[in-house]
Order: sequence, then C-alpha cells, then structure tokens
Amino acid sequence: MPALGYSAPSTVEDAVRILAGASGTAKVLSGGTDLLVQLRSGRIKPAHIVDTKKIPGIFGIREQDGRFIIGAATSGAVIGEHQRLRQAWPGVVEGANLIGSTQIQGRASLAGNLCNASPAADSVPALIAAQATCVVAGTGGQREVPVQSIVTGPGRTSLKPDEFILEFRLPKRPPRSADAYLRFIPRNEMDIAVVGAGVNVTLDAAGICTDARVVLGAVAPTAVLVAAAATAVIGRKLDDGALSALDAAARAACRPIDDKRGTIAYRTKVAGVMARRAATIAFERAGERQ
Amino acid sequence: MKKHHVSTTINGDPVEFLCEPQLTLLDVLRDQLQMTGSKEGCSSGDCGACSVTVDGRLVCSCLMLAVEAEGHAIETIEGMARKDDLHPLQQKFLEHAALQCGFCTPGLLIASKALLERNPDPTETEARYWLAGNLCRCTGYDKIIRAVLDAAAEMRTKSAEMRAK
Repeated sequence: MPALGYSAPSTVEDAVRILAGASGTAKVLSGGTDLLVQLRSGRIKPAHIVDTKKIPGIFGIREQDGRFIIGAATSGAVIGEHQRLRQAWPGVVEGANLIGSTQIQGRASLAGNLCNASPAADSVPALIAAQATCVVAGTGGQREVPVQSIVTGPGRTSLKPDEFILEFRLPKRPPRSADAYLRFIPRNEMDIAVVGAGVNVTLDAAGICTDARVVLGAVAPTAVLVAAAATAVIGRKLDDGALSALDAAARAACRPIDDKRGTIAYRTKVAGVMARRAATIAFERAGERQ
Repeated sequence: MKKHHVSTTINGDPVEFLCEPQLTLLDVLRDQLQMTGSKEGCSSGDCGACSVTVDGRLVCSCLMLAVEAEGHAIETIEGMARKDDLHPLQQKFLEHAALQCGFCTPGLLIASKALLERNPDPTETEARYWLAGNLCRCTGYDKIIRAVLDAAAEMRTKSAEMRAK
C-alpha cells in the first residue's frame, strides 16, 4: 500500500494547492465520521487526506445582517447548542442533529454529510428547503452555489478534485417563516432515514402560505426539491385539502429503491405522511411568529 | 511511511507520540500508549466502546485520526478515578450491577460523565437518548440508566452540600 499523506493546512489557498497537486486521490477531512469508516473498510484508498479544520472560519457559526453562516466543518453538537440558530432555523438544526449518536454529533459536519452524498443524508433536505447556499473554494477562487447543486448521485458530487466547501449560508428570514425536518426510521434513534422531509414556509398575517419549499430525502438518488408540493400549499391555509394535495405531490415525486429499509411502495406512502407532518410543524412554528 | 509528531494532552498530562497518518486515536491510545481502557468494538462509530472526550466533546476515538489530536485535550477512562477513589458513576455502576462482561463500560462511563457535565439532572429519556450511541449486549440498559440517574442524584446532593459549606 502506498504511503498515505496527511496535511492540515491553515489557509484556503494552501488547502486548494494541496488538493490540486495531490498525486492520486485526495480526500477532504472534516469530522471524519464517514471518511474514516470508508478509509478503514478499504472502500476508498486515498493517497492524501487534507484536514480542513485548521482553516479560520471553517468551524463555528456567525451571524451577518440576519443571515447565518455555518462553517463547513462545524460539528452537529455545536450547531445544536446555538440558541439563535435553533430559533431561526429549527428544521436545519433538527436535520443536522439527527446524524448519528451523541459521539457522532461531536464531529459530524454539514459539509461531510453533504459531500458523502448519501441519498438519505439527514441535513440535506432541510438545507435545500432553507435555500441555503455553500461557498466552494478551488483553484479558480471561490463561488457561491445552491446546496442542491452539489450532490449529483449516490456518492457523487459536482465538486472538482481541487474544490472543497468552506461554509454554508442561510438567508435572512422574512417574518412569519419557519422550517421543520422529520425523518422516518423503524427505531427511536441511531438509524438511516427510510424517508426524510424538510419543509420551509412563509405565511402572511392571515396564516395563508405565501412561499414554501418541500424537499424529500431517501426517496431518489439525490434529495428532491418538490415544486408541486410547494404549489399545493402556496396561496392557502394548511387545511385538509392542502394537506392531501401536498401528500399526493410528495408521493408523485418519489423515485425510491427497494432495500432492507423499505420497499418502493412503503417509502412512497411514508414520503406523503412525512411531508404532511413536517409541513404541519413548519406552519405551526411560522404561525407562532406573528 | 512518514510519521507525524503529535503533541497532545491526555487526562491532563502532556503526551507526545509519533504516528502514521492512517492510525486512529484509538489505535494510538491502545497500541502505543498502552491505555487499553478504551475498547475497539465496531470500528465504525456505531457502538461507542471507544468513547473519549476531545476538548470536552464526546467522540468515538475510532473515528478520529491520531494526528488530529495535535493541540487538543483528550480525556479517557484512565483519567476518571482519582487513584483509588472511584468517580461516583463508577461506584454506582458497581452498586447497580450495571455491567456484566464490562466491554462497553468504559465508553458508557465516559459518555455518562459527558452527559452529567452538561445536564446534572437528566430525565430518563434524556439519558437514554444521550447514551443511544453506546451499545451493551448484556444488561438490557435498565441497570445502566438506573446507575447514571442515581449517580446524578448523588452528585447533585454533594455539590449542594459543597455550596452550603
């Protein structure tokens, strides 16, 4: 086995240079809770590991003009302890905090969860529903792209070999808006989503939905932004009619696989249920912010 | 293979070691530093037997490279008792028979200690969720949860007494 290289650069430029110059595959290390499992099982055989955690700003949360900026390698535990972020983006925090156990939360990051590119990644649907963007650093400089442009299929991303994610940006919230994320697993804790649903809504003063984003996880090769599910609730209150239209739109967007966690029929049915329940929570939260 | 020099703190003591980059913190603790209290169960972050804290944060030492320990403070099960004085959690694990084979016990103790440092009065539900990443195949968990809640109660009483003095 060729020697594995390791670097922990303290600047973005150095990290990009190392990634671009690596002979063989270089892997970016954030919390390592997926990377180390794959490394030790032999599923990946990188020539070099670039630990990003010494880069300033890549770990931690800051607020800027009502927006939240979450460093790419910030752990789930730190995200969950940030009271103002929890208040503003409860769904994003719910998604991030559902990744693994307390121990995993001590290290697992949003960038890792996204770039591992599992269709069942818990933090991704809520980030897409939130219209979050990520800042990608590479040889050509930095670019800000929507979170949904990163994952292209199971285990695959649009990032080039010299690129990595520096931070996530959550937009300023309009009044009366809130989000929620729910996932279904057949046990209480520590499992991979059978279905996940992230819903982000904005209401007017009368409780009518003026904007919505509904995103499903684990029912297709990537998380799916379901425009028809948003259309189903925009312009109305979340009454029985809106809920059943949302349910139908969510089910129609499913392209799941059959596996040990659930059949196609089961996942499709549960996707409708999760979308309804997450929407109900998001509407309640938004309504409480009158 | 190129070895990296790592300076870290383990249970309050400065420790330096050389390691290859693919080694985990658990590998180095057990095989190089002879601190075999942290156990290797699954090597995939599912069982929690290798739990340690890094700068006070609970993590699986099997999912952290040893080189990442540079500049950080590690706490392991070896630092839990003060010589012959067991930590209240250790004492309560004994009293409640919260272990049988004992393989999961170091991880459960470290995880429980991290819980009580953040939340001195957890509910049973909070304790069960916090410890969901520590698997035990012997006890069925009830005795562990009872021991943790009892230790929490004792530690609260003791700290109230300390404050009264």
